[in-house]
Amino acid sequence: MVEVIVFAIFALAALAGGLVMVSARSPVYSAMGLLLAMFSMAVFYVMNGAHFVAAVQVLIYAGAVMTLFLFVIMLIGVDRAVDRTETIPYQRPIVYVLGAGLVALIGIAVLDVAAAFDGSLQVAWTTGRPSGNCTLDCVGTIENISGELFTGWLLPFEATVLLLTIAAVGTVALGQFALKPRDEAPEGVE
Amino acid sequence: MIPILAQAATEGLQVTAGWYMGLAAVLFAIGSAGLLLRRNALVMFMSIELMLNSVNLTFVAADSGIGSLEGQISALFIMVVAAAEVTVGLAIIVAVFRKRATASVDDLAELSG
Repeated sequence: MVEVIVFAIFALAALAGGLVMVSARSPVYSAMGLLLAMFSMAVFYVMNGAHFVAAVQVLIYAGAVMTLFLFVIMLIGVDRAVDRTETIPYQRPIVYVLGAGLVALIGIAVLDVAAAFDGSLQVAWTTGRPSGNCTLDCVGTIENISGELFTGWLLPFEATVLLLTIAAVGTVALGQFALKPRDEAPEGVE
Repeated sequence: MIPILAQAATEGLQVTAGWYMGLAAVLFAIGSAGLLLRRNALVMFMSIELMLNSVNLTFVAADSGIGSLEGQISALFIMVVAAAEVTVGLAIIVAVFRKRATASVDDLAELSG
């Protein structure tokens, strides 16, 4: 019962964070909403026995990525007026319809459709074992995760190392190109 | 929904993987709606992050539902790729801002006829 209450609290927090992120006018409020959603996710990871993923979530996402976001927000200015003119006609109604359709589609996928036709509508996965009741070898401790990561997933792991190196080099290169002053461009060329 | 209530009456309500998946689906829809609605490139980026996070939640929940570790490994890889993507994407946004003094994607419309 405690699990249900914790789930309800942090599910509401995650949904509120997501809605704040989408609807806030200031990007700083958007970042704060996303931060709330990410911390709620970390709680869900712990409830599912994924302790290492939860720690990485807090350290990398809530720590590094959101700090980077806030840094860029501060860098490019937050007090700029938002231009609310619509360039695409009917953008908002179309988005609302598409969003509702997406929720309905995934809802149909989560609900067991085949069972619905039998008259016994049930949510998929509710018959599975309750989350968090993992046996010792499938709890996401550092030991279990690293044992799996460095044996069966070694090549993908090394590929991510390559990816991160390329990303770092690309970021530095982008910064170098952007540092060129604007008036060095020839006349008439933007 | 009736079987859930029946189950709750008999053996008490338990949080299963389906709960997390439903929540992740709603969060994914919120993120995609934000991506389509907002014109600020930073907020669009944050929406993508929310969608990636909800997919991570699905992986981890399915993992604890079937009792394996592969979903958590996948979640870690998604986090690494997302971190690299954020680094490059924010660098691009800053570069565009230096050139054009705007972070709105509406102003980047040279290719539209």
